[in-house]
Amino acid sequence: MSAAAGRASAAALVVADGATVAVRSAVRAAQACASSSAVDVLLLGRSSSADANAAAAWEGVSSVIVGGADQPLTAEYAAPIVQAQLGSGAYRHVVAASTTFGKNVLPRVAGVLGVSTVSDVIEVKEDGGGEVFVRPIYAGNALATVRSKESTILLTVRPTAFEPVAERSEGLAEVSSLAAPEEAGGGQSRWVGEDRTESSRPDLTAAGVVVAGGRGLKSGDNFKLLEEIADELGGAVGATRAAVDLGWVANDMQVGQTGKVVAPELYIGVGISGAIQHLAGMKDSKVIVAINKDEEAPIFQVADYGLVADLFDAVPQLQEKLKALPKKQ
Amino acid sequence: MSSRKILVGVKRVVDYAVKVRVKKDGSGVDLNNVKMSMNPFCEIAVEEALRLREAKHAGEVIAVTIGPKKAAETVRVALGMGADRGLHIAVPNGDAELQPLAVASILKTIVEKEKPDVVILGKQSIDGDNNQTGQMLAGMLGWPQGTFASQVEVDPAENSLNVTREVDGGLETVALGLPAVVTCDLRLNEPRFATLPNMMKAKKKKIETTDVSSLDIDVAPRIEILHVSEPPKRAQGVFVNDVDELVDKLHREANVL
Repeated sequence: MSAAAGRASAAALVVADGATVAVRSAVRAAQACASSSAVDVLLLGRSSSADANAAAAWEGVSSVIVGGADQPLTAEYAAPIVQAQLGSGAYRHVVAASTTFGKNVLPRVAGVLGVSTVSDVIEVKEDGGGEVFVRPIYAGNALATVRSKESTILLTVRPTAFEPVAERSEGLAEVSSLAAPEEAGGGQSRWVGEDRTESSRPDLTAAGVVVAGGRGLKSGDNFKLLEEIADELGGAVGATRAAVDLGWVANDMQVGQTGKVVAPELYIGVGISGAIQHLAGMKDSKVIVAINKDEEAPIFQVADYGLVADLFDAVPQLQEKLKALPKKQ
Repeated sequence: MSSRKILVGVKRVVDYAVKVRVKKDGSGVDLNNVKMSMNPFCEIAVEEALRLREAKHAGEVIAVTIGPKKAAETVRVALGMGADRGLHIAVPNGDAELQPLAVASILKTIVEKEKPDVVILGKQSIDGDNNQTGQMLAGMLGWPQGTFASQVEVDPAENSLNVTREVDGGLETVALGLPAVVTCDLRLNEPRFATLPNMMKAKKKKIETTDVSSLDIDVAPRIEILHVSEPPKRAQGVFVNDVDELVDKLHREANVL
């Protein structure tokens, strides 16, 4: 049994598939839910053993539980482990980052338990007793403030909306392991394989700078222009659905309502018109730059700085200027 | 011809191209006189079911919708695309929009009655943006799930589905024993149009309507919507004349370079 058993029931459990920046943001959100109570992290998946010590060093984490260690994660394997950990009744909140892992597993757990889930939370209301949340609906064109009436509150949280927790200055949280319950796996599904996109650049959702391209790039080869800018700024490269559908770049580079949501310090949109669905994925960026030759393009309505120009002239110029610029401290 | 049955869920939502407006009283989004359509991910789900039937992996495709009277139009579109018959779970009009837990509970009773081998849904609806219903249904039924599918292949020898999933770092493939639930991502297929002749033919296909109250399911929302507001507006931006000015502003004014 975990260290959480028997603790006051205001504790929160963060369900995670690794010690990533997104999970550190989920820990921050869980802290906001549980106020001063405990936050435990349940680590599942192939890197769970290796990542346990990293998670144990995060501020605010009281214990790390490694569940069914080092397996590729199917939802059918993960959900019974989460349920087993919830069995003690020690947790009021169960939180996961809105990654494809969190979105796959948490609603399944909710279905088994017959409880509702709040998706993609961007704010935990301070005076809401851990029950009131804000979440975007209609591709971010409206914000709903909602109250969960469940006694166990399941939620996924948008990582870019919560500051990742820092490492603690001293000590480590306790690490324990939870044997996978027998029903885990269940023989219903089998993990067959994967095809990961190799990239040396920072993760799109955690990058401080995102340079994104759309149909205006005219070909996949031209994304090299954006890669050069991204590398100059230590950023990541994103794309619109159009660029992905045309086969120019990998699917997991899509920024938008149905792709990734980014909120970097600086977003540079190049050859992007700015459809509602794309804006849903980037309009919370701190500074937005748009480079487009059509001055009527909707992206200019959200851009802080707009440049009406042919990207094939402007982008190479931009790269030269950036090279010449002294690096930011 | 396989005798497998496929159940497809379709939802009537505000058309994806409409920019919605929040009501002044903060009670929700104004849906009066707004164009409604089938949720784009549901179209992909219908298309995939039809392709499985056309490849002789299934015998019958049933389209189901849950919603007000007008939601029957959405099932009719699925029939026009080629689904064999329709189910409409009628929910009285009103503000009480069904939440994913209620929808999954209703779908569970339909699954128990119709006994499909595969349930195909969209990965999310573009109004609620919840991305929950398929996973919840799979959990309730104890069936395996293939979410965010970008490719679905039937393995007849194993009576299983190989589902390629779009995950954050790339693609992942899982093999699911049947029966199973699949939710569709954008890249799974290009949905066909319901042509006018096919829409005419679809008028002859049967839609069975059941009132939600006869199902004895608690559909009351467990998540109370307190307030709906406009997202904060961004400050008006400026146009710059050239790259020099852009870099200068980013460096000195925005301090991001």
